Amino acid sequence: MTSLNYDDIGDIVEIVTSVREESHDVERPLRIIKLDRRQFLKMTGAVGGGLMLSFGASKSMAVTKPGAFQPNGYVKIDDSGIVLYAKNPEIGQGVKTSLPMIVAEELDAAWEDVTVEQSRIDQAAYGMQFAGGSTAIPMNWEALRRAGATARLMLIEAAAKRWNVGSDSLTTERSHVVHTSSGRKASYLELATEAATIPVPSADSVKLKDAKDFQILGKRVTGVDNEALMRGQPLFGIDQTVPGMKYAVYQKCPAIGGKVKSANLDEIKAMPGINDAFVLEGNNNAAELLPGVAIVADNTWAAFQAKRALKIEWEETQASTDSWSHAIEEAERLRHESGPRVVDTGNVDTAFENSVKQASGFYRYAFASHAQLEPQNCTASFTDGKLELWAPTQTPGSAIMSAANVVGIQPTSVTLHQTRCGGGFGRRLYNDFTCEAAAIAKQAGVPVKLQWTREDDMAYDLYRAGGFHQMHGSVDEAGKITGWRDRFITFTNDGNRPVSGGGISRGVFPGGLLENVRVEQSALEWKNRCAAWRAPGSNVFAFVVGSFLHELAHTAGRDHLDVLLEVLGEPRQLGPRGMHTGRAAEVVRVAAKEAGWGRDLGEGRGMGVAFYYSHAGHIAEVAEVSVSEDKKVKVHKVTVAADVGPIVNMSGAENQVQGSVVDGLSTMFNLAVSFENGRVQQRNFDKYSMLRMPSAPEIDVHFVKSDYPPTGLGEPAFPPLAPAVYNAIFEATGHRARTMPISEEGFSLA
Amino acid sequence: MNIKINGETRDLGELDPETPLLWVLRDELNLVGAKYGCGISQCGACTILVDNVAVKSCSYPVASVGEASVTTIEGLADANGELSALQKAWVDLDVAQCGYCQSGQVMAAEALLRSNPNPSDDEIDRAMASNICRCGTYIRIRNAVKTAAGQLATEE
Ligand code: FES
Ligand code: FES
Repeated sequence: MTSLNYDDIGDIVEIVTSVREESHDVERPLRIIKLDRRQFLKMTGAVGGGLMLSFGASKSMAVTKPGAFQPNGYVKIDDSGIVLYAKNPEIGQGVKTSLPMIVAEELDAAWEDVTVEQSRIDQAAYGMQFAGGSTAIPMNWEALRRAGATARLMLIEAAAKRWNVGSDSLTTERSHVVHTSSGRKASYLELATEAATIPVPSADSVKLKDAKDFQILGKRVTGVDNEALMRGQPLFGIDQTVPGMKYAVYQKCPAIGGKVKSANLDEIKAMPGINDAFVLEGNNNAAELLPGVAIVADNTWAAFQAKRALKIEWEETQASTDSWSHAIEEAERLRHESGPRVVDTGNVDTAFENSVKQASGFYRYAFASHAQLEPQNCTASFTDGKLELWAPTQTPGSAIMSAANVVGIQPTSVTLHQTRCGGGFGRRLYNDFTCEAAAIAKQAGVPVKLQWTREDDMAYDLYRAGGFHQMHGSVDEAGKITGWRDRFITFTNDGNRPVSGGGISRGVFPGGLLENVRVEQSALEWKNRCAAWRAPGSNVFAFVVGSFLHELAHTAGRDHLDVLLEVLGEPRQLGPRGMHTGRAAEVVRVAAKEAGWGRDLGEGRGMGVAFYYSHAGHIAEVAEVSVSEDKKVKVHKVTVAADVGPIVNMSGAENQVQGSVVDGLSTMFNLAVSFENGRVQQRNFDKYSMLRMPSAPEIDVHFVKSDYPPTGLGEPAFPPLAPAVYNAIFEATGHRARTMPISEEGFSLA
Repeated sequence: MNIKINGETRDLGELDPETPLLWVLRDELNLVGAKYGCGISQCGACTILVDNVAVKSCSYPVASVGEASVTTIEGLADANGELSALQKAWVDLDVAQCGYCQSGQVMAAEALLRSNPNPSDDEIDRAMASNICRCGTYIRIRNAVKTAAGQLATEE
């Protein structure tokens, strides 16, 4: 990672997609298949010259006002109370609550005494500030504990000085320092002024609590914004207003890569409530500013109506002509040809030759949109060469860099206010919307709130890539899996490597578990941008490998659970960032036991299991379904067993798992976007139908206790859901579905 | 144009009568609890009450309100600012993830309980089916509705 710029989007995307340490795999030469004859428009990634500038926001620590005790960026105590700062964007993963809980624990503050505020963006104080890759807990656990413990130690020192006693005779308890032998007690608030005069000890020197003494961690703590949400307070990006603000919309070419030839700007400007309309050329960086027409209006509705009245002639010679149906035809052809090997261990050919039975299947999954419920928006004010942004972004640091680049100022002249995000799922890692708002505010000369419509949001997403896998496997006499081949057909945006989340590496299940494994990888050229989507890669690979493992178990005539446990084998650690097979087997056993694996379910009912390791989480899920004659699937119950180390916030953790299961079901049943002539065919929720309450199953969540360092939970419970349900549907019906969404095979949720 | 909202009468001045109520609330009245999600009556993020009926404000022209009373999430707490039973259940059961849909969810639930104070599971499911939660908090939403209806002891 470059030390110049901690918030480089390239770094973050690598962390988010977990490819960093495996990049030798995914960067291998690919076979690239051109889908059209036109010259491929290079959609540059976010890493550009402007981004390599040092991110020079305030290097100093928080300004300590007289009397306030502010030993680091996370803690501020004065006579009005204890404020803990949440450093990372809140996108629904719960970090605005869980990260401050860690600080409060070591500070030994009573949680009721704590107020949480969103921090400023400050690399020196906070390091990387972003939301993605289920990394907030593992990346910050240690530092946050030390931040809290440091503050606590200084409060103890302050009391020791005040009472003239040894600091080792003092303890803390619920926001107070206590001198047990004399019965003296002082609150942190009273001690703040004195604590501010104590030299800050080195964070490494402070002693941390023993886990058995935790008062807050592991408990059920409710979200710090819960009440404000219930009062309709302006927490989200879309809720922000600044004095004199106007409302903006931005229309880009429906086929990405198109440029504005002409537009009826005069007609638009004459419409009621419209202040301005103009063309922006874009900066040749699709991750920042695509060409389009901006409209500035008195209110959102006037802007939306004017947007509808726009007549734009597009210059489309460089524009996308992506076609999903064409991609399917190409994949259908390519699945019969071998491709370049990205994984090749043991001897797959010999395994197949010596096997007694083989199975094969052609799997396919569609593209998907993030559909975070708050459509992209950003409020921007540009005055005197300074830019101020209010942005629901997952990567505020890189939003600053990109916006600075677009309006031609130094990043130090940009201030970004983090807002709560109405969902993220990876979409807000990319800051095209903040760049657009900045450029429009500069050109219009007034502060603007840029609002994307839902139709914009779905048309200009960075999608979860579709993909195809021709699977082939073999079993021996004893019913053991001997060979595994995955002929993978993916997509490439840059003509060089697979799209983010669309590259298989050696660590993908069952890599490292089976002796003879081969993965071949070819890529179709694709202009519509693809990127991280909740549990990138894992979100689709789990479906394929988890289903195909079941196919092989069935081929061998064996119980899937037995085969899965056999494949996991003896307890061992697979590589420094790989899974631990012992932890894996344990969650599989717990999920199976809790779900009542093996009991007689009767006609039309089935149970399926899947395990997947992603984002350092070991998670097994068992689904119980029944399927009617007309392919209506009732998901009765999903049982989840998860080992993510110690739980920080039990309420938040359980919510993440339940949400991942619902999201998993929603995605596997219905979610697909397709493209024709470069244009997205599904532009709103009428054509992209997410799961609703009547289809939400019972979800039984079990956390397996372990002493490993805690890891994140925003993503890893998502991947195992689809294969568990596909396998259950097979058990119920005997029909092996290999298409996601499964609605394309006629199944629907009851 | 005047509008009765959360117990007050507000003057809207000159306004395109076709403007969806959602944008009047958000842009003109600074009541931002109701959210924009789809604009086509699909997601329910914009749900508010017109009299006692749940309405998707993104697709409801402000002129259609007439003499009726509009209630938004900002108007659910009592005169002392005390949260309603539904709001409290939402806070205590920690329903929200991102929270973006939740104002609409609460308003849909409010409409349900006003017409049917003791709904069955099926009735809850049907009434709430008009609202999407992208984060998938349906199980907690269901529990919160039941808790507010007095069907469940406060749990968690
Ligand atoms: S915004 Fe009104 S229903 Fe979606
Ligand atoms: S909590 Fe995020 S959409 Fe419902």
